[in-house]
Amino acid sequence: MSARLIWRKSLNVFMLSMTGLCALITVSALFFILGYLVYNGGKDLSWNFFTKLPAPVGETGGGMANAIIGSLKLLGLAALMGVPIGLLGGVYLAEFGGKTIPFIVRYTADLLNGVPSIVIGIFAYALVVMPMHHFSTLAGGFALGIMVIPTVIRNTESFLRDVPRTMREGAFALGANKWRMIATVVLPAASRGILTGVLLALARVAGETAPLLFTAFGNRFWSPGLNQPTSSLPVVIYTYATGPYEDWHQQAWAAGLVLLGLVLLTNILVRVFLTGGSAYERT
Amino acid sequence: MATTPNAATPEDFAGSSRTSLRHTFGADEVAHLITMIAAATLLLITVLLVYQLWVLSAESRAKFGWSFFVTQTWDPVSGDFGALPFVYGTLVTSAIALVIAVPLGVGGAIFLAELAPPKISSYLTFVSDLLAAVPSVIYGLLGVFLLVPIMRTTVQPALKATLGFLPLFQGPSYGIGFLTAGIVLAIMIVPFVLSVSREVLMAVPRDQREAALGLGATKWESTWKVVVPAARIGIFGSVFLAMARALGETMAVTMVIGNNPKIAASLFSPGYSIASVLANEFSEATGNLYLSALIELGLVLFLLTFILNGLARLLIVLTTSRGSGVLPS
Repeated sequence: MSARLIWRKSLNVFMLSMTGLCALITVSALFFILGYLVYNGGKDLSWNFFTKLPAPVGETGGGMANAIIGSLKLLGLAALMGVPIGLLGGVYLAEFGGKTIPFIVRYTADLLNGVPSIVIGIFAYALVVMPMHHFSTLAGGFALGIMVIPTVIRNTESFLRDVPRTMREGAFALGANKWRMIATVVLPAASRGILTGVLLALARVAGETAPLLFTAFGNRFWSPGLNQPTSSLPVVIYTYATGPYEDWHQQAWAAGLVLLGLVLLTNILVRVFLTGGSAYERT
Repeated sequence: MATTPNAATPEDFAGSSRTSLRHTFGADEVAHLITMIAAATLLLITVLLVYQLWVLSAESRAKFGWSFFVTQTWDPVSGDFGALPFVYGTLVTSAIALVIAVPLGVGGAIFLAELAPPKISSYLTFVSDLLAAVPSVIYGLLGVFLLVPIMRTTVQPALKATLGFLPLFQGPSYGIGFLTAGIVLAIMIVPFVLSVSREVLMAVPRDQREAALGLGATKWESTWKVVVPAARIGIFGSVFLAMARALGETMAVTMVIGNNPKIAASLFSPGYSIASVLANEFSEATGNLYLSALIELGLVLFLLTFILNGLARLLIVLTTSRGSGVLPS
């Protein structure tokens, strides 16, 4: 072998192993993050964590029941607002749209999806908090709802488009008109994919902190109804992690573990069970 | 849709005649209208978002004009607001993040697209997508309690010892600061670079690889000299996309950047970013001018990410026939 060939072959092996190393570093980050959170947060997870209110400042103990309920309420509102709009909008893009309008909507959805969440927070502040003159669960849910729409709309559209043309033609041949064809044939056929998109969108906003800081704000007590500021898991993690007390830091780890566990579990279950493990292939 | 006999078009709806009303009561048209309203809501929200940011920042724009972007003072008490330290912090941390994340992400994508067996490749892509799903506040948590101490005790002294002659690596080691924020950001955006680049690389036709290999190229040569250049535009797209993420990233940066509106040459010194100042000061802003200045920062952030995302999608659409698809979020 000439020196040139040896050089080329070693470069080949070296660079290819480097790419492998890059991939390895990237994916091992996830396991590291998960492991570190389990190590630090696991020991502080107790029944109290899920059932008690936060202890008064300076005292140890207490839990995050209000933050967990608050997060669930915010997610519920976000789903209530974002899912219908996203779903129907997706149907429009896939079934009714011509050429120009769907293109504009699709592009706008992608751009809205990329808007920093803190800017969405400003928007919700201007639209909900300013007229109401106070922070509220409603404002937080509104902010998260806006973030749900683009993902659901794009996902719904792409899964509807995957429904074979023959199924539509079959429905028409049986005398169905268009909306009946969509409601009874196309939507059910695409339902698993659509559900995947909805759950992934909700899992994503479940961890959003920035848009909640000045919409849902925070609360150390229960927040009845939708009209008052509410605590939420991500905001509590932020507040506790940056706070001065050792006990707060411990609770932040525990809350972080709960949040990460829920987000990852949703992602894994949805991708493995609803789509046979290939959801990410089709995106 | 030639095969859909009663496909509704906007014209049908606009001119829905008596006959069609009697026959079907325009059921298709009603469905068309309802879904169209939903799609239009998305457009409305986006337009309203821009409008609100524009109108609510009017006071600050009128008072400071373009000097807003070149002024360093940020003094809520005297009502002097300049965005320069925040713009600087945002750009510096994003640049650090890209320097680290792009080689890592593109390298990983090459491995997944070109080398790894399909099964392993899709498994690892799955893991990388999960990494993209980790909430930002979790990265912040690890940043504060794990990365900051490591930076303070190990990384920063080591950098000072080796590269300390550069102004970039001088000054006291606080642990927090531009460099730490950049590293956290890098870890957060790698999955985006990786999964989009992988997608783009896989869209390069197989023949091109085989042609290169047939000419006697090694695997690496075929990848680096043929496949990567063919996917170049899409890879740029993935970088823009990741950059847009980095610019707008709030929580993790806020927790480790130090929150100090100063411009310093040293990457070790505490700084501030646009998103962080919004997170920290927005809910406490007193006075219309203060709020208006903060909202103008939000407008800047919005425009930056809007442009970058638009560019990114365009580049990705150019290289993959499937278009921008639903990108990992």
